[in-house]
Amino acid sequence: MKRVQFEHSTIPYLFIAPQIIIIAIFFLWPAAQAVHQSFLLEDAFGLSSQFVWFKNYFDTIGDASWRQAAWFTTVFSVLVTFLSLGIALLLAVKANEVIRGARTYRTTLMWAYAIAPPVAGLMGNLMFHPLIGDLYKFLNTIGWDFNHKLDSFDAGFVVVLIAVWKQVSVNFIFFLSGLQGISKAVNEAAMMDCKSPTRRFWTITFPLLAPTTFFLMVINITYAFFETFGIIDTTTGGAPGGSTNTLVYKVFQDGFRGADLGGSSAQSVVLMLIVLALTVIQFRFIERKVHY
Amino acid sequence: MKKMIIKTILAAGIAAIALPASAKTELQWWHAMGGNLGETVNTIAENYNASQDNYVIIPTYKGGYEDTMTAGIAAFRAKQQPHILQVFDAGAATIINAPGATIPVADLMQEYGQGFNIEDYIEGVRYFYADSDGKMIGMPFNASTPLLYYNKEAFAKAGVANPPATWEEFEAIAPKLKDAGYTALAQSHSPWILSENFHSRHNLQLATGNNGYDSTDVEILYNNDSMKMHWGKMKEWLDDGHYGFYGRAWGDNQDAFVQKKVAMWMGSSGSFGGLKKSTDFEFGTTFLPYWKSVIDEPKGTFIGGAALFAMSGKSDAENKGTADFFSYMTNPENQVFWHKATGYVPITTAAYDMAKQEGYYNKSPDAEVGILQLSQPGGEWTKGYRLGYYVQIREVMYSKFDNIFSGKSSVDEAFAEMTAESNKLLARFAATYK
Repeated sequence: MKRVQFEHSTIPYLFIAPQIIIIAIFFLWPAAQAVHQSFLLEDAFGLSSQFVWFKNYFDTIGDASWRQAAWFTTVFSVLVTFLSLGIALLLAVKANEVIRGARTYRTTLMWAYAIAPPVAGLMGNLMFHPLIGDLYKFLNTIGWDFNHKLDSFDAGFVVVLIAVWKQVSVNFIFFLSGLQGISKAVNEAAMMDCKSPTRRFWTITFPLLAPTTFFLMVINITYAFFETFGIIDTTTGGAPGGSTNTLVYKVFQDGFRGADLGGSSAQSVVLMLIVLALTVIQFRFIERKVHY
Repeated sequence: MKKMIIKTILAAGIAAIALPASAKTELQWWHAMGGNLGETVNTIAENYNASQDNYVIIPTYKGGYEDTMTAGIAAFRAKQQPHILQVFDAGAATIINAPGATIPVADLMQEYGQGFNIEDYIEGVRYFYADSDGKMIGMPFNASTPLLYYNKEAFAKAGVANPPATWEEFEAIAPKLKDAGYTALAQSHSPWILSENFHSRHNLQLATGNNGYDSTDVEILYNNDSMKMHWGKMKEWLDDGHYGFYGRAWGDNQDAFVQKKVAMWMGSSGSFGGLKKSTDFEFGTTFLPYWKSVIDEPKGTFIGGAALFAMSGKSDAENKGTADFFSYMTNPENQVFWHKATGYVPITTAAYDMAKQEGYYNKSPDAEVGILQLSQPGGEWTKGYRLGYYVQIREVMYSKFDNIFSGKSSVDEAFAEMTAESNKLLARFAATYK
C-alpha cells in the first residue's frame, strides 16, 4: 500500500524552534508560574506556603486602590490610544502633502520614536517640576492653577501628554507609509469626483488606511497598558491619591516593592485576562470592519 | 614547544592569582547605599579586607531600599542569597517574620565568639530591629532620625530668634516668615516623620499588639485625635501658605529648602552632609517640634534607615566571617568614621563617647542633634513598630495625605479610609503566617 501523506521534513520545525523556545521560556513558563503563585499565600522568602484558592483574587478586587487603578487604566488607555492615533494621522496627512522640505519634516516628527518611555518621563518631570519646570510656570502664568502634585486632573494631564507625545511618532511612521502606499491613480480619480478634501479623506483615504489603523490600535492599547509603566514611574508614581496608578504599576508596587507575591500574581493574572479579552474583541468585532 | 611554554606560564599565573584568593572566605554584602554613601561603604569593606587575612567582604549596590530587599528575596528563593543583606525599616516585618530567613544578630555574635550586649547600643537604636523579647535580630547600620533644619538667614530676616520647639511656637512664627518671603515649612517623608515618629515623640501607641512587636494579628491606630488634629493643621498651613508641598519625592522638598523657598525643612539626620554641600546659606539643626497640647515633656524618636541581616543557609566558616565583620563594623573607630562621613548616627554608646572625646561636636554641634534626640528619655511607645506589608501601608498613607491636601477628603474621611485599607493589608499579612 502506498502512503498518501507527503514526506515531512524536520527542517521547518528546526526553523521555528528558536521562536517556540523563546516563547516557552520567557512567556509561557513565567505565565504558568504567575497563575500558580496567584493561588498561594506565601511569605516573601517562600518559607511558609498555603494554598488559598481564590483569596488573592477576592482581595485584589476588594481593594479600593486596585479598582481606582483599573478605572484610571481604562480612561488613560482610551485617551492615549485615540489622541496619539488622531494626532499622528493628522500630522501624517499634512506631511504627505508637503513637497518642499518633506524629509526634514518627517525626520523631525519621527525623532521621539527613539526615546525610551522612562526617559520621556524624566524629561516631562523636569518640564513640569514645581521649582524649575518651564511648562509648570507657563501653565500657571496663563491662568491655569496648575499643580499636578495635588490635582488628579492635572496629574492625569501630565502622564497622558507625555505618553501621547512619545507614541505619536511611531504612529506617524506607520500612517505615513500607509498613505504612501495608496496609489496615485485612486487619489486622482477621487479628485475628479469630489472637490472637498475632507470628504475625500473620509470616503477614500481613511478606509484605505483601515488595516494600518487597526494594527496601530492594537499596538497602542498594549502600549498604554504596559509600556507607559516607565512614564508613570518617573513622573507621578501613581500620585496624587493613587489617581494616576495603572494596573501594571500596581503589580510592580505590590510585588516588587511590597513583597506580596500572591497578591501581585493574582493582579497580573487579572491583567492578562483583561488584555486577552480586549484582543479577542478587537479581532472578532473590529477587524471585521477592516478591508485589506 | 613555544605553545607549551606559554601554556605553562599561563597556568602558573592563574594558579598564583587563584591560590591566595581561595584561601579566604568570600562574604557577599548587598546594600542600598548609592553615591557618596556607596563609596563610604566600599571604603569600609576595603579597610576590613586589609585588616585581616581570613575573609573578603564584597559589597554590591543593588539599587534603592525596596530593590535591595526584592533582590535579596529573589536570591533567597533561588538559594543564592548573600551573606549580609541590608533591609530598611518598612521591610523589617517582612524579613523578621519569615521563619528562619536570617540568623538573629544576637545569636550570631554569641555563637561565633564575638559576644553581644544590647546595652552597648544607644537607646533609640536598641530595639527597633529586635523581636518582642528584646533580642536584636538585625544589626542597625545606617541609623538616622528625623530632624528639623532651619535657614538662619531666613530667621534673621523675619526677626525670629529661635527655631520652634513646639508646633504652637511654629504657628506663631510662620506668618513672620511668610512676610519675609518664605514658606515656613516643607518636609520629605510624611509617613516616617509625621506619622511614625509623631507617635514616638508624643508617646502614642501606633498599632495594637505592642506596636506590632508581639504579634502579626494587629490593627493600626493612626486614626487618633492627635494625628487628626495635626493633619488638620497641616492642611490649614498649606492653605495659608505656611506649608509647601512639592510632591512625594524626597529630593524635591529638600530642594525647596536649598533654593530658599522654605525656611524650615524636616528631613533625616543623614541629610546633613549633603545639605552642607548644596546650600549657600547658614542653617541649623534642631529636634522635631511637638505639640505642647498633646504632651508636656516630649519623648525621643526612633531610628529610620536600615539594618544588616545575616542570611541563613551559610556554612559555619561563612557565618563566623559575618560575625567578625559585624564586630569590626560596630567598633568605635569605624562607627565614628561612618558617622562623620555620612551623618548617620553612631549606634553604640562607646562610639558616641569617642566622637565626643575627639571634640567632633564642638566643631560641628549639628552632627550631635540626631543622637541627642534619639537619647531623649524613651516612653512606652518609643522603641519603634513592626508592621507587615508596611511598604504598601505607607503607599496608602501617602495617597490619603494627598487627598487631605487636595481637599478631596476631609481629615476624618482620609484617616477612616487609611485605617480600613491598612487593616486589610495587615490581616492579609497575618494570614500568611497562620
